[in-house]
Amino acid sequence: MTMDYFLSEEEQMMIETARTIAQEKMKAVREHYDEKEEFPWEIVKEFAQADLCGVYIPEEYGGFGKGIMGLVLVVEELCKVDGAVALSLAATALGTLPILIAGNEEQKQKYLPDIASGKKLAAFGLTEAEAGSDATGMRTTAVKDGDYYILNGTKCFITNGGDAETYTVFAKTNPSRGARGISCFILEKGMPGFDFGKKEKKMGIRASSTRELVFNNCKIHKDQLLGKEGHGLMIAQATLDNSRPGVAAQALGIAAGALDEAVTYARKRVQFGQTISSFQGIQHMLADMATEVEAARCLLYTVARNIDKGTGTRTSKESAMAKLFCSETAMKVTTNAVQIFGGYGYCREYPVEKMMRDAKITTLYEGTSQIQKNEIALNLIKESAKAK
Amino acid sequence: MNIIVCIKQVPNTTDVQIDAESGRLKREGVESIINPFDEYAIEEGVRLKERIGAKVIVITMGPPQAETALREAISRGADEAVLISDRAFGGADTLATSYALSGAIKHIGDYGVIFCGKQATDGDTAQVGPGIAEMLNIPHVAYVRKIEDINDKTMKVERMMEDGYDVIETPVPALLTVVKEINTPRIPSLKGKMAAKKAVIKMLDAAAIGADTQRTGLNGSPTQVMKIFTPPQRVGGEKFTGEAPEVAAALVKKMTETGLI
Repeated sequence: MTMDYFLSEEEQMMIETARTIAQEKMKAVREHYDEKEEFPWEIVKEFAQADLCGVYIPEEYGGFGKGIMGLVLVVEELCKVDGAVALSLAATALGTLPILIAGNEEQKQKYLPDIASGKKLAAFGLTEAEAGSDATGMRTTAVKDGDYYILNGTKCFITNGGDAETYTVFAKTNPSRGARGISCFILEKGMPGFDFGKKEKKMGIRASSTRELVFNNCKIHKDQLLGKEGHGLMIAQATLDNSRPGVAAQALGIAAGALDEAVTYARKRVQFGQTISSFQGIQHMLADMATEVEAARCLLYTVARNIDKGTGTRTSKESAMAKLFCSETAMKVTTNAVQIFGGYGYCREYPVEKMMRDAKITTLYEGTSQIQKNEIALNLIKESAKAK
Repeated sequence: MNIIVCIKQVPNTTDVQIDAESGRLKREGVESIINPFDEYAIEEGVRLKERIGAKVIVITMGPPQAETALREAISRGADEAVLISDRAFGGADTLATSYALSGAIKHIGDYGVIFCGKQATDGDTAQVGPGIAEMLNIPHVAYVRKIEDINDKTMKVERMMEDGYDVIETPVPALLTVVKEINTPRIPSLKGKMAAKKAVIKMLDAAAIGADTQRTGLNGSPTQVMKIFTPPQRVGGEKFTGEAPEVAAALVKKMTETGLI
């Protein structure tokens, strides 16, 4: 049987749509995009046409209104086939969440419909060369000048950088206030003083663009400020609470895809006169992989449902748990999938080596596994202290 | 203006099974799908709507289950769907089917372009499209691979031929049957699927379209299927192997023996 997660008809509809696109449109071109490191615009058009880009965006802004659970289901299904191409959609969600969380009505009306329809992609600009896990170390500044802010600085490792139209960017408006001196702004590609730097050459997720954002006296109107001045880091943290399940879904999808490939291969590959799936050594590997994937899915779906329920309490701990567990599972499962394929698994002719390369990023971005553990432990201690 | 798309439900050809005794198609438990060529007709109807602005109405004749195909057509972008269903339509051949469909199209009215797939993958006759056009007394172009231009009065289309293509100008209204080269059907969107779920499928019976029941179903079908059978498989010929001179000698000997030379 397949585990029943009591999904609604609309949720099954999203999965089915994502699966059709993954199987009919993405599978045939995944090697091409990995090899050429091109941005997969033809597939992004398919996502847009099928209404997948706005599954998590409320209906009043042109989305499908299915929350983080909707995003998780779609991303997982797409990533079973290709975790890199699907990132165009998942990273757009990351860039859009600050607007959903902190945007005023005008900003939501202005930016969300084009993102929901897939006409525009978004990106999230927090990381800098000297500010990775420690976001407060950022050097980008936004200096107020009448009705405007002047931005200067460089962001790095920005997914969808250069290909997205809408950017949510964090900068220091008051460097002396540390964590409370950071603000969040909406920027648009083409604004004077806003350029793109080098494109990174990466181990995996090679169909996804990762670029620098360069601000050189970039003058933006104060209407572009998201939320209040100084609230930037809070917006970033709330965003990550909602977006980490998206990374977890990417990891889960890659793991589930690798598991499928490994089972199919083990049933076909004959050595010593029998299929390798008849060997207990292989069987136990597959059993572990399947159990870990299912456990990861249980945790992730439950966290996503909790987020959508909107209890008003932060889900930092649970989101971090889902991301930590799913991404570490993805690394283990894809590594074992390559092991089961043997030498063939190491060759680009078979899909599992790419899955292993793509999986690695999920333990790194939006907080490394170690940062997730910090988050989980910190919240455990806080909860315990509160209980007393 | 209405754009009408005629579709048919057919058994999924990837798992067609023939009953060895009766020689008939086993329909029980076989999934029904939209005739693949009709998917191109739906897509072209929707593209034409996006190009010139019109309403796409998809119609089919069949039992109540055919509603599934109509809902799928709505998920692919059609605006409305009409099911022509009546016991009196049962057992129709291509002539009676063309009659019933043309009656429904007249009933709907204000039609500009009517699309059909070039043929259905079950019967493979390719007759119903042209048949409808004849009954409506409008021109038709079969095997269309592109609509070049269209306005209220005329359209210019490309008809695929074995050795190239013809460019044909025809007055509007007209019926076009389309080939798979004309487009790539879109994947049903989420909003399309929601629309399909909510859509009210209009039902028309023989009386509603004013059909003469002597011309519908079995009554109106001059074609009667006597027998359906799987042709016996050809047995492979004899193969000679070895060096060329020996093979040539053996071949000549065989041909002489069998009186071929």
